[in-house]
Amino acid sequence: MRAIIDFMVKEFLQFLRDPKMFAVVLIAPVIQLVFLGYAANRDLNDVKTCILDNDRSNSSRDFISAFEKSGYFSVIQYSENYSELEREIDLGNALIAIVIPDDFEKNMNSGKTSNVQVIFDGSDGNKASVAAGYVMSVASSYGSKIFIERFEKSGIKVPPAGSIESVTRVWYNPDLTTRDFMLPSIVGLVLIIITVNMTSLAIVKEREIGTLEQLLVTPVKPYQLILGKLLPFTVIGLVAVTLVLAVMIFWFGIEVKGSISFLFFCSLIFMLSTLGLGLFVSTVSKSQQQAMVTSAFLVIMPMIFLSGFAFPIESMPKIIQYVTYIIPLKYFTVIIRGIVLKGLTIADLWLELSILFLLGVVILVFSSLRFKKSME
Amino acid sequence: MESAISLNNVKKTYGEVNALSGITFEVKKNIIFGLVGPDGAGKSTLIRILCGLLKPDEGVIRILGKEMPKDYNMIKDDIGYLSQKFSLYTDLTVDENIEFIAQIHGVKKFHERRDELLEFTRMKKYRKFLAGNLSGGMKQKLALACTLIYKPKLLFLDEPTTGVDPVSRREFWLILAGLLKEDITVFISTPYMEEAERFNEIALIENGKILAVDTPAGIKQKISNTVLEIVCTPARKAYEVISDSGDDEVQLFGDRVNVILEGKNSSEDRVVNLLKNNGVTIQDLRKSNPSLENAFIHLLKESA
Repeated sequence: MRAIIDFMVKEFLQFLRDPKMFAVVLIAPVIQLVFLGYAANRDLNDVKTCILDNDRSNSSRDFISAFEKSGYFSVIQYSENYSELEREIDLGNALIAIVIPDDFEKNMNSGKTSNVQVIFDGSDGNKASVAAGYVMSVASSYGSKIFIERFEKSGIKVPPAGSIESVTRVWYNPDLTTRDFMLPSIVGLVLIIITVNMTSLAIVKEREIGTLEQLLVTPVKPYQLILGKLLPFTVIGLVAVTLVLAVMIFWFGIEVKGSISFLFFCSLIFMLSTLGLGLFVSTVSKSQQQAMVTSAFLVIMPMIFLSGFAFPIESMPKIIQYVTYIIPLKYFTVIIRGIVLKGLTIADLWLELSILFLLGVVILVFSSLRFKKSME
Repeated sequence: MESAISLNNVKKTYGEVNALSGITFEVKKNIIFGLVGPDGAGKSTLIRILCGLLKPDEGVIRILGKEMPKDYNMIKDDIGYLSQKFSLYTDLTVDENIEFIAQIHGVKKFHERRDELLEFTRMKKYRKFLAGNLSGGMKQKLALACTLIYKPKLLFLDEPTTGVDPVSRREFWLILAGLLKEDITVFISTPYMEEAERFNEIALIENGKILAVDTPAGIKQKISNTVLEIVCTPARKAYEVISDSGDDEVQLFGDRVNVILEGKNSSEDRVVNLLKNNGVTIQDLRKSNPSLENAFIHLLKESA
């Protein structure tokens, strides 16, 4: 026990003496969070639109103003001809273009269906489909408005027969803002980057300068060495979580619905995995550069891509979905979003937490055995 | 009295390469024992095996009476190891490094001993310096102080003076000599022959084999013949001429050759005539006692 404490004291001394490391731990997460908070925004409020009105009638102007008033679209150009409109899409100035045919009013008045062409820039599929949704809803509500107007003009009363209207309530994130969804999961990302990188670097550094070998000649046992290395970074990880939460709450005004102490407890469980992975990286790296590259490509990138942090797991191919079951960040992302956005407790999250704990224990034990072997 | 170290037929191979092929010798307690040999002879491998950092393929090793590597944990507090390259924490101060090493050896009352050691190594002025900012010689003294803080009975030093300036080197030797008052055995490796004179006993190692184990005087006596030291130009020509004549052993050292007069018909006159007839100009010639270097090269040729 004594030796572990001596180790931790030494580790903190070294940490405090390295201004670069200090900056990495205390400033980087905050900057990352602020940037991501503003950048991680998939909401689309301002669809740039081009309109080619070949009809130039009252009806077509009415239709166009329905788009303008919806609040989702901003018309950047009323094109004179088709090629002008094409150019705006090609240059990426407009996301969609609406072409109104010259028989728009004629068709409407004669009770026929009028076709309106809508062109999307599909290079960002996600954005295009969101915009398509907006177009549909504007067009259909315009359509029903015309329909009712017709009835009323013709003197027929619309029968108050049962009609269905769905009233939408969005829970947990009522404004459907991406930021509220993304920011909590950055806690996990920051923990990974800090603990995996720093743990592996700190150990590999000792191997590089030869102090690790020097320690082998001392009565220090491998488990003391491992704990002496991992515990300081656990503390540093918790400090980083605190900072990230503070920025999230006080800067971005995201309220934590669940228990903060439960959140810290879950972070500790998550760190079993990340510290274990850091230890693992240290056993396969000979130099600090190698450790950096290995942790980036072997740990951090797969974690981000396969955890549901960046892309929804549901839309991955089945086989990749199975791979995500062994990604600790997947469970932690669910847990942290649950606690922050939904106020979930251990009663709801026990399964994810148990899996996370098991994964952590397996990774940590495996890495410790590897580390012990590498010392012999 | 029991030996500090006893080795019997210790072997180690790295793949195809025989790093150590059957090492056998004993090291008495409370002496400075030198392992002397050129780079690549197997010095570091042997020291690392003795410290428990490497496992031998074969052979019996006893250190301070305990069998290695079986009872290794029993002697960990009694041995110290100074590796070839500086391996302390460069971002900790002199004081903190010593404190850390003391603590992990379970030494709680180290303050007095630390002051003593810093005094002894004349490092007191630098105790608040970061280890990374020290000069090469001072780093080495710090490393030594760190290993001495927990009073080991056996100290392994792997080429402690390689890359250290001559002044610091001399100081280092004085510190080591002062150590012997403290009931400690020092096992030290070096590639420098001239340093070997300072040891109580030496083992000459080459190519993973021990050529001889003896006191420096004893080693030198292995050459009973007179040595002629001849400064001449061109020295290489002189070496070839005497070597080709086949009678005497000749060793080349830069601008001079050493001739060990051991052949049946050998004499100073024969050598001088031989050189003159072959157009070698002799600048200086003197008879001398064999040096350790002479003895080493002699033993090397003998074993080849």
